Amino acid sequence: MRVSLYRYNPDTDAKPRMEDRELELPQGKDLMVLDVLELLKAQDPSLSYRRSCREGVCGSDGMNINGKNGLACTTPVSEAAPRGKLVLKPLQGLPVIRDLVVDMTQFYRQYERVKPYLINDEEPPAQERLQSPAEREQLDGLYECILCACCTTSCPSFWWNPDKFVGPAGLLHAYRFLADSRDTADAERLAELEDPFSVFRCRGIMNCASVCPRDLNPSAAIAKIKTRLVSDGI
Amino acid sequence: MVTNVGSLGRTGVADFVLQRVSAVVLTLFGLCVGGWFALNPEPTHAAFVAWFTAPAMSIFATLALAALAVHAWIGMWTVGTDYFRPHYFGRFATLARGVWLGGTALLTFVYVAWGLAIVWRLT
Repeated sequence: MRVSLYRYNPDTDAKPRMEDRELELPQGKDLMVLDVLELLKAQDPSLSYRRSCREGVCGSDGMNINGKNGLACTTPVSEAAPRGKLVLKPLQGLPVIRDLVVDMTQFYRQYERVKPYLINDEEPPAQERLQSPAEREQLDGLYECILCACCTTSCPSFWWNPDKFVGPAGLLHAYRFLADSRDTADAERLAELEDPFSVFRCRGIMNCASVCPRDLNPSAAIAKIKTRLVSDGI
Repeated sequence: MVTNVGSLGRTGVADFVLQRVSAVVLTLFGLCVGGWFALNPEPTHAAFVAWFTAPAMSIFATLALAALAVHAWIGMWTVGTDYFRPHYFGRFATLARGVWLGGTALLTFVYVAWGLAIVWRLT
């Protein structure tokens, strides 16, 4: 199999380059893209990428695989490269630290902005704040996000205004707390998002939903935030 | 750096609502004018002028011109603050965005002034 890899070492390279490698894959097995990277790293230990759980839970190995963002550990090679050529690049829109490793500071800064934790100014009950099954159900499709950044870095609005547009992942988490019956900071959360950039730069192109390795739909959550903002504003 | 200094409604919510309300007004105006032509398969200039210069239609046309200005500004400001980035224009990004928005403001002003002159027969 031919693998085309994005390579960049700021200590030695003036600019990034694509490096082509030929790799013999074991017969009879459909490897994941991460397995291919492991084989390549065995040949060249200088190849850099992030990885941890290798089962789509930690979100470390998000990268651009044949033009589409995804997790290397859960993307089968047969699906990513049906024509036999695998092209691996770092997530777009974030500074590259080295090879496939990007600097996630801007992504986490936007995540932090939405206050991704429960805010409740009422007297805490003796044991815990209870939810009905119906209230708990409101969080389905929201809490499962693993912050891999595949969605946010496939969003042109984030590429253009990364310092102002929160991005799909951050907004999914923002709605996760707006939808939580135990949270009492809705007004504060919505006030933080009502400017022309934070939410309203989403044009609904749904790249986020298309690439999410957890099959979540940040676009739908963003639409619900917009509805809340408009209905509260009117 | 991109700021919201040129934002018409000052908040995303106001811009969002204004853009949609103005779109509805423009659609209704388009349907109204198109509907008149549909109902008058052989229109004459005199009949059109008589219909278009009626007070209610003049007010509607003025409203449509205002909607056009609002819709155009919000749309073009959004495009300007998305695409006119230092990545493409380097240190001239702010200048390029200023030219884009200045051109939009000038063109919008000309269209609205011209439209008002026609609607209210100010020439």
